[in-house]
Amino acid sequence: MAKLNINGTLRDVDVEPETPLLWVIREQVGLTGTKYGCGIAQCGACSVHINDEVQRSCSIRVGDVSANDRIVTIEGLSTGRSHPVQKAWAAIDVPQCGYCQSGQIMAAAALLKRTPKPTDQDIDEAMTNICRCGTYQRIRTAVHMAANDTSKI
Amino acid sequence: MNNIVCGSAARLSRRTFVVGSAVAGGGLALGFPLFPLPREIGAARAQAAATEVNAWVVVKPDDSCVIRIARSEMGQGTITGLAQLVAEELECDWSKVSTEQVTPGQNLARKRIWGEMGTGGSRGIRTSQDYVRRGGAAARMMLLQAAADAWQVPVGELSVANGIITHAGTQRTTSYGKVATAAAKLAPPDAKTIVLKDPKNWKIAGKPMKRLDTADKLDGSKVYGVDVKLPGMLCAAIKDCPVFGGKVQSYDEAKIAGRPGVRKVVKVKDSAVAVVADTWWRAKAALDALPIVWDEGPNASVSSASIAEKLQEGLTAEVTNGDRRNGDAVKAIEGAAKKIEAVYGTPFLAHATMEPMNATVRLSADKAEAWVPSQNVEASLAALSEASGVPIANCDVYRIDLGGGFGRRGGTQDFVHQAVEIAKGFPGTPIKLIWSREEDQAHDFYRPISQCKLSAGLDDAGNLVGLHVRVSGQSINAGLNPAGIVGGKDMRQLQGYYEEPGDAQLGYSVPNLLIEYVMRNTHVPVGPWRGVNTNQNGVYMECFIEEVARQAGKDPLEFRRALMGKYPKHLAVLNAAAEKGDWGKPLPPGIHRGIAQFMGYGSYSAAVAEVSVSDRGKVRVHRMVLALDCGHAVNPDQIAAQVEGSVALGLTATFYGDCRVKDGRMVDLNFDSYAIMRLAEMPKVETVIVPTYDFWGGVGEPTICVVAPAVLNAIYAATGKPVRSLPLKNVRLV
Repeated sequence: MAKLNINGTLRDVDVEPETPLLWVIREQVGLTGTKYGCGIAQCGACSVHINDEVQRSCSIRVGDVSANDRIVTIEGLSTGRSHPVQKAWAAIDVPQCGYCQSGQIMAAAALLKRTPKPTDQDIDEAMTNICRCGTYQRIRTAVHMAANDTSKI
Repeated sequence: MNNIVCGSAARLSRRTFVVGSAVAGGGLALGFPLFPLPREIGAARAQAAATEVNAWVVVKPDDSCVIRIARSEMGQGTITGLAQLVAEELECDWSKVSTEQVTPGQNLARKRIWGEMGTGGSRGIRTSQDYVRRGGAAARMMLLQAAADAWQVPVGELSVANGIITHAGTQRTTSYGKVATAAAKLAPPDAKTIVLKDPKNWKIAGKPMKRLDTADKLDGSKVYGVDVKLPGMLCAAIKDCPVFGGKVQSYDEAKIAGRPGVRKVVKVKDSAVAVVADTWWRAKAALDALPIVWDEGPNASVSSASIAEKLQEGLTAEVTNGDRRNGDAVKAIEGAAKKIEAVYGTPFLAHATMEPMNATVRLSADKAEAWVPSQNVEASLAALSEASGVPIANCDVYRIDLGGGFGRRGGTQDFVHQAVEIAKGFPGTPIKLIWSREEDQAHDFYRPISQCKLSAGLDDAGNLVGLHVRVSGQSINAGLNPAGIVGGKDMRQLQGYYEEPGDAQLGYSVPNLLIEYVMRNTHVPVGPWRGVNTNQNGVYMECFIEEVARQAGKDPLEFRRALMGKYPKHLAVLNAAAEKGDWGKPLPPGIHRGIAQFMGYGSYSAAVAEVSVSDRGKVRVHRMVLALDCGHAVNPDQIAAQVEGSVALGLTATFYGDCRVKDGRMVDLNFDSYAIMRLAEMPKVETVIVPTYDFWGGVGEPTICVVAPAVLNAIYAATGKPVRSLPLKNVRLV
């Protein structure tokens, strides 16, 4: 049994402590926006925020997360897709298949929280998630757009 | 096209079928529900208020229009593009357009009224554009006729814009929503009376409309195949024998007894073992803990080295499996003033879709259903029926938008077969099978491996007098479509080298030309991979032409142009890339350019790459300009998106892509060793669309094949040495 703080709600989950946080989020909590891509923290499709830092949830044991850790998934990033990153993503149609985009958006949101006006180099270093459709060019543009969104994060 | 049965009785029964299948749990009935949950069944019933004007167009009382889509969306934007084409002819209000999927079961029940559903070969729009536009136009004509009947005026006196019908003479207006019910009762117009718009007058098609399917990709609400949830569902993880062709010898189920949530261990056919549990993670963890002994069979000694030897032998073998020729290339090269020869090679590649293979299947007493992210739902339906033994009329497949396809999810529905085999042990219970990334990498249908020997002869003036190209490699048809091999000839592997115009024509005239294919198959299964075989053949031809041009002492662009007089479309695209790519203009120190052109999937592509190579041999691609003539440009922004994506996919293959074989199995099982290019390495991409509007070409695949050769030719310019094998990670450049 574990107690998790996900998107501001405390939840009890009955699961083996070695279960990756990703699969607890997807299968016990039922939030499927966070995706499985590789299981070895390579692709970033499983990116969530834990205490405002972006983390790859496939490689974190649920037993290592406490109820004091604030976990935010893509479903909890904003209401009505109102986060500047989501708005920028929509404005220039970043997603193609979309499967990796939850993770991309979470990575971008964490970057902007830390570095509100990122340079291209900042983006290079922070946005390391894999996109097989190849939306990288639009991701870069959208991160800059979100950084310039006056409504702020 | 629209062989619609007319009359209200027939129409009523058709709608009854539609709604009935939703209520019965069929899901996706011409409404949107994928999953037969109570809320969504209610939504489907509410749908019944909408009126089907014809197979492609449903109009609601609030004037919104639902456009039916038969092709698969995997990110390439086909839903938006097809909807634009229908809406253009329909003259509806684009801001009120939504789309819905049809199922292959519905298509079958209605005598394939929606045509082919398979989505591959960059055919989604180009092979259905005519009948979907006609569908939109026919619906418009029926809606106008209904208004004319109501007003008792000649239909010719009516005009329509944005779904509002106007009779100028009496200053009356009505809307599609108001006349749809009457329109649906009318006979469809005679196909001969349908006149499609000149693209010059397009207002919706041809414009960079926003995608219709972006919103739910931004907040995690979009449901992919791996996200399917059904009442009572169980999850399965699977391991197939790592050596292709091997079998399960034994497994020790006792070792995982008592693990939480585990329901059953299932042998799947004779080569795989699956664990079924209440959650996928528990199934996967139990499978990893299950000792399995494999009978690896005769292929367990095959390696990349033994495969390379086999291909190499094919480069000089006597018997060939298809060719094209004019003149006598061998003789011309023998007698030439200067001879150039090179051997190139490209490896197996995995598709590595971000969403691993999966399928959810529910078998009941008299019914089989599957939820599949599929590029070919009709193939999924056939696989479901064949594997389950349920007659096809009692089967249906609910397609879910794909988390990447790239050719992997088309004709080969291996994951559906597996899911059905597992579901047979759980009657009435939905089984969701998901492959691990490792399984996905270990059991792909890989891009075919090949080597290519090229020889050329130049005369004293540096003119190309003879060219001999011999590809030795694995055949897709041999494994997946033996009927495609006629009299031992398999021309599919020579894609891009054809003499015939229209699809994948070689854009060069050579007085003495011989292009040959030698089939050398391995035990590794191969299949279509976004852009096969133009990717490999593009590298061979365009890098070798570069070598020849440099040996001739000529500018690579000018050398190509001289060979392209008979191929104006190829040449125009090459010129567009050269112009926008600043060919011949000064470059900053350390930056070098490369150029390439090739044709595939009915479209013409060219690229210019700007590349630097560091003292330590590190390559950086700074900028790529790609030109594309796809005939008609339905959505320029989405075409640009496909071109940008093709650069990322092409550069991953150029730099990293390599599926090594050792002990008969694949070595590179996850993204740690099968690296994928990241954002930091993405060059600036500029897309130049030069549509000539006199044909319909593909978009998703054509530009990939010029990415690698343009980059390799720029590296050649930088280092003075040609690169003849991929990926670059295995090549020492300095």
